[in-house]
Amino acid sequence: MHLILAVWSGEYEWQDPKSEDEVVNITFIDKEGKQRPVRGKVGDNVLYLAHRYGIELEGACEASLACSTCHVYVQEEYYDKLSEPKEEEEDMLDMAPGLKPNSRLGCQIILSHDLESMVLKLPTITRNFYVDGHVPQPH
Amino acid sequence: MWSRTTKNIKNVVSYFRTVNFSSQVVCHQKVCIVGSGPAGFYTAQHLLKNCPTLEIDMFEKLPVPFGLVRYGVAPDHPDVKNVINTFTAIAKSGRLQFVGNVTVGKDVTLNDLRNAYDVVVLAYGAAQDRWLGISGENLCNVVSARKFVGWYNGLPEESHLKFDLDAETAVIIGQGNVALDIARILLTPIDMLKKTDIAQHALEALSQSKIKNVKIVGRRGPLQVAFTIKELREMIKLPGNSYRIHLENPEFIDACLPKTSRPRKRLTELMLQSSSIKRSEEDSSKQWELIFHRTPIKIVGDSNANKVNGLVVGINHLTGDDWENPQVEDTGLRETIPCGMILKSIGYKSLPLSDELPFDHAKGIIRQTEGRVEGMQGVFCSGWVASGPVGVIASTMQSGHDVGKRIIEDLKNGIVGTGTRKPGRDAILSQLEARNVEPVTFVEWEALDNEERERGKYQKKPREKIVDVREMIDIAKKGQS
Repeated sequence: MHLILAVWSGEYEWQDPKSEDEVVNITFIDKEGKQRPVRGKVGDNVLYLAHRYGIELEGACEASLACSTCHVYVQEEYYDKLSEPKEEEEDMLDMAPGLKPNSRLGCQIILSHDLESMVLKLPTITRNFYVDGHVPQPH
Repeated sequence: MWSRTTKNIKNVVSYFRTVNFSSQVVCHQKVCIVGSGPAGFYTAQHLLKNCPTLEIDMFEKLPVPFGLVRYGVAPDHPDVKNVINTFTAIAKSGRLQFVGNVTVGKDVTLNDLRNAYDVVVLAYGAAQDRWLGISGENLCNVVSARKFVGWYNGLPEESHLKFDLDAETAVIIGQGNVALDIARILLTPIDMLKKTDIAQHALEALSQSKIKNVKIVGRRGPLQVAFTIKELREMIKLPGNSYRIHLENPEFIDACLPKTSRPRKRLTELMLQSSSIKRSEEDSSKQWELIFHRTPIKIVGDSNANKVNGLVVGINHLTGDDWENPQVEDTGLRETIPCGMILKSIGYKSLPLSDELPFDHAKGIIRQTEGRVEGMQGVFCSGWVASGPVGVIASTMQSGHDVGKRIIEDLKNGIVGTGTRKPGRDAILSQLEARNVEPVTFVEWEALDNEERERGKYQKKPREKIVDVREMIDIAKKGQS
């Protein structure tokens, strides 16, 4: 199923739910701190769902676990309901600024009924990169 | 695969159109961005989202866009290059004009740009080397990592370079991701490399390479390595290779672990685990090593050929309580590492593209605060040229968005972009015509892009990069296929 989703690269998320049974409602908190409720469905990839609704979640590497731009904070009650991150995801999370215990990559979260009402918070733009003596990042 | 890319671009473009109207500013000013890598594109992205009526021109020295995404990211890391789809969508959004083959500082000056545009954003990265400053650095086969990476990635300026890959041992000085990229490219089986977009001249040279041992040498210890875990894993799993991680004091390292942050902890644990695994010698004709606590003192050579044959290092130890920033103390002991090639992977530097640009020559960056260039109203800077040459695409994205925010603030508050209407692109294009410069448009780049992919099909590579600037321009201007 994930392979099919990867090939479609966001096509699936642009389809509306076929029935109310499929619906999974979640809320994004965007970079400005605004609540953005979104009506998704079972099987939706959070990154592509965010793109459909204009949520500013970047996906530079297009869900291939080669960047950390889709970093989100998962509401604590829901963190354990997500499937365990793969080693590759953990490796990429290591590079995300503002890493917290409830951090995940959005492109690895697939919606299910368990995740109904989940809140996902986008990290706010930090000023790390403009302070003298900035935090060294690997490259 | 191409249709999937088109769908991707459609999706990105429609996402791009879903702007948040309440936070928008109406402005018709003219902006130019110097540099078409991640810094330039992410700054443009932020501006266009929040100020969709701005006119943005993006100048690029080469006929081709994308900067280090095309010329820095290793050929065997194609996923990292997916960001090109995002940048392509921005370039085709209709509100940004790519103007390639224009060198700011030569074909047009910074002053010309300031006269033509309300806002100038410098995002031209770091295209110079740092030097060790030790004797023997000018011997043959002592090369900067930046040049070597440019060479295998088909950067026109470095594509003519010839390296002597006959030596058995190569030493890489530095322990960042660039060092590991180079080690990996030197040691990856040719059968794997030939399926990537590596430049053909590099593939041919590497297929004749006799290098069997790559020593990656660092001044400090395992806790200070600058590479990241994904790249280390790749090295450990590299087919046809065995390895040695020379941990002189694993107990001490282990004891430090609880004090470290998560990324450092995971990386160090992997090093500790891997250093004690005995890798089977059967399928490994090649080897890489991680060597710590060695400061390069001088490079020695074969007096006849003027070529390197060894690196003299000082053995050091680290002191002080702050393990993140330890003091490096020379023990006085010396060692010579025999080798036939040295690659210096010690960082990049920027240069000022005009004499008036306030520049910190020690750090190699533009003097700026929050992206605003000191003492130059309306001039901003973004990415490595502003913050120093450290950071992956994700961090440069943050930088681009942050500077974009400052630019919009200044536009909103009337700090820039007031006064007489600026002439914008037309003024620059007439200057370029007068100077016989041939700017390349994005559509022309796409013709070149198609040609590279077509040529790649014959070699079963994703693309065959064209490495000559004249050829690039000719193909680009011949017309779309």
